Amino acid sequence: MARNRGRFLVLIAAALIFSSALASSIFQPISDSHRSAALELFNPLGGSFSSVEKTYEELRTFEVLGIDKRSDISTAACQSVSEILGSSSSTLKDLFYALKVNGILQCGIKEDVFEGVASRLQAIVGGASALLDFYYSVGGLVLIKGQTSKDDLYLADAEGVFRSIKLWTTLAWNSPTLSRALLGLVADVALSQSDGRWRYNSNNPESSTFAAGLALEALAGIVSLSSSEINQSLISTTKNDILKLFDGIEKYDDGAFYFDEKLVGAREHQGALSTTSSVVRGLTAFAAVTSGSLNLPSGKILGLAKFFLGIGIPGDAKDLFNQVDSLAFLESNTVSIPLILSLPATVLSLTKKDALKVKVNTVLGSNAPPLTVNLLQVLRSGSKDTSLIESQELKFDPENAVYTLDALPKSVDVGKYTFVFEMVLHDSDHKNLYATGGQIRIPIFVTGVIEVDSAEIAVLDSDLGSIETKKKIDLAGENTVSLSANHLQKLRLSFQLSTPLGHAFKPHQAILKLTHETKVEHMFVMGSSGKQFEIILDFLGQVEKFFYLSGRYNVQLAVGDAVMENSFLKAIGHVDLDLPAPPEKAPQPPAQPLDPNLIYGPKAEIAHIFRAPEKLPPKKLSLTFLGLTLLPFLGFLVGLLRLGVNLKNFPSSSVPAVFATLFHLGIAAVLSLYMLFWLKLDLFTTLKALGFLGAFLMFVGHRILSHLASSSSKLKSA
Amino acid sequence: MARTTSSDAQALFHSLRSAYTSTPTSLKIIDLYVCFAVFTAIIQVVYMAVVGSFPFNSFLSGVLSCVGTAVLAVCLRIQVNKENKEFKDLAPERAFADFVLCNLVLHLVIMNFLG
Repeated sequence: MARNRGRFLVLIAAALIFSSALASSIFQPISDSHRSAALELFNPLGGSFSSVEKTYEELRTFEVLGIDKRSDISTAACQSVSEILGSSSSTLKDLFYALKVNGILQCGIKEDVFEGVASRLQAIVGGASALLDFYYSVGGLVLIKGQTSKDDLYLADAEGVFRSIKLWTTLAWNSPTLSRALLGLVADVALSQSDGRWRYNSNNPESSTFAAGLALEALAGIVSLSSSEINQSLISTTKNDILKLFDGIEKYDDGAFYFDEKLVGAREHQGALSTTSSVVRGLTAFAAVTSGSLNLPSGKILGLAKFFLGIGIPGDAKDLFNQVDSLAFLESNTVSIPLILSLPATVLSLTKKDALKVKVNTVLGSNAPPLTVNLLQVLRSGSKDTSLIESQELKFDPENAVYTLDALPKSVDVGKYTFVFEMVLHDSDHKNLYATGGQIRIPIFVTGVIEVDSAEIAVLDSDLGSIETKKKIDLAGENTVSLSANHLQKLRLSFQLSTPLGHAFKPHQAILKLTHETKVEHMFVMGSSGKQFEIILDFLGQVEKFFYLSGRYNVQLAVGDAVMENSFLKAIGHVDLDLPAPPEKAPQPPAQPLDPNLIYGPKAEIAHIFRAPEKLPPKKLSLTFLGLTLLPFLGFLVGLLRLGVNLKNFPSSSVPAVFATLFHLGIAAVLSLYMLFWLKLDLFTTLKALGFLGAFLMFVGHRILSHLASSSSKLKSA
Repeated sequence: MARTTSSDAQALFHSLRSAYTSTPTSLKIIDLYVCFAVFTAIIQVVYMAVVGSFPFNSFLSGVLSCVGTAVLAVCLRIQVNKENKEFKDLAPERAFADFVLCNLVLHLVIMNFLG
């Protein structure tokens, strides 16, 4: 019984999960769960990260999420940063990330160290031909500029000021090189592709979207480093490239946009997340340093934000960094800042009079600028284009920063709905700054307590339809109805369901279950007309289905739906059925499903049957008879003595004596061979040995016996 | 009547015994040997009657070994007996060789059957 109830609950749970899967297209901004996930994922082994890149990813993630954990690792991190910056053998990539870590931690690196690194990076920029070299060296120079100019503010001594000015003089002097580098990058058709993607270097034929993001970031760096104005035509060429790149954007059904590498199987293949993340970094960096609009549709920026939020909480530190870092760039970008509309709850109870609450946040969860949220339409799922309500405005609660609709519209009953929202920004200047995404459709479940009325169970006479017994049942409480019927009668169960608003309600499941004493189950789906649910079981037509099993049947009723708050599986009572005896060819009731414990549990132990050992006599008796068998032998020996047997006839001359001895020894040998055959040898070994022994014995026996015969015949003739 | 019978029997036994004393020693040895074999067989049969025939092949081997060797010994006696004119030309040594050979073959079979 408990198992059956469990099965029903699983069905209902499956329905609920399905409904929550529908609701998953709602994007929630970054929340505390991301913070706890970050603390869990970035758990350095032994207090230090394996590489400075990982250290940067951790620090950046914590910085964006507002977790103050710098002091834990800053000492070790700063030490490795100063080691990397001080060493002339450290790689370009390590230099770049060390500078990034320093940008967050402010490790207090000396100016002359920066100067050395800067001159090294400039040398690399001048001679670079691969995209990654440009990316790391230009990025490094931008970071040095940012970090030293900050230090500059606090410099008290003139010498330091002088030195920092000198540094920037060298940079300014070098800016023609930088411009050349930009020229080289943009104009070099070898790296930039016609579809906006880039190649890593001129030897590599694979063009990559990930590389395009890196290139954009490097170009942004060059623009910001250059002291003179960069040629506007170069900038607009790059903007065109960005637009082309966005033509290749890909889309999910829920409105999320993302970039993916088209070339699968390429060396250093990047996933959709890191590719999109790279493009977002490049795009926002480039948009930040150039003036003028990029003419990118705000919907695509919002779609990118949806992509990152739609991931949820990644299980990998690198993915989490990419997600959080990109969202941070989107949060502060100059193209358009996405605003995310989210609902704390998408299941609203009509009975509890839940208010509809809507939140509007930026991607990182901070408050949105002043705006109005309108509920444009409420659509019943399944029926399209007929809104149940007029458009109305949601009330803003400034304290909790929540937009609420106090009471659900009167026409909204229990069921599945699609609510259509719209955000209207108050300030017209903001309209270009923020991406609101137009109409936002969100699936909503409205649940409620369903009223169950006038439930009754009755036994009817078949021919007349007259009621024999009829009992009212209370489906909210406990029932123990006891009925009896025979195969000429009918069982009728009926009840009414109505929604809180008094409409008819048709649940997913309304099932009558009869269970015989022998656990044979029968399910019947209840039919409905309007509010009324009724089933009439004609036992005459069902006898075969019931396998002619008379006896007690337990009656259960299950009514369940995802939006029904009081779904139930109730035992109603039992019916004693009197069915005719089965005819000869009546079907047998199906075997009950085996208990899984029996299938997967331990097998019954196998009892081996051995032949019972034969009854053996007591040992003493056997030994006694062994002695008895020796007795005749003794008698034989005694008899021989009595007869006065002697060995006088044994040949006295040497040669026949030897043969005689050998003859007797041969017989003894054959007998002992038989003994061995009995104890351990097999027949073949024995026969082989017997062949040799027999031949020997034959020879020896022939010699001695012929000798004896000749001597006796001599005796006779003499 | 009874008296005469017993005295007759006594006389019969007496004459038998006196006749038997004249039998050559070699034949007496063979007779003794036959008796020895037969008694051994009888003891084994008694044992089987007391205990049961469980290792039946062992019992059979034991009894047949005794009976077989007794039969062979009887055959030997027939051939060796000088008064038996039928085997007059057969040397007793040849008869003995036959006896030994048959015994060896018999016991090879017995041993195989013993298990």
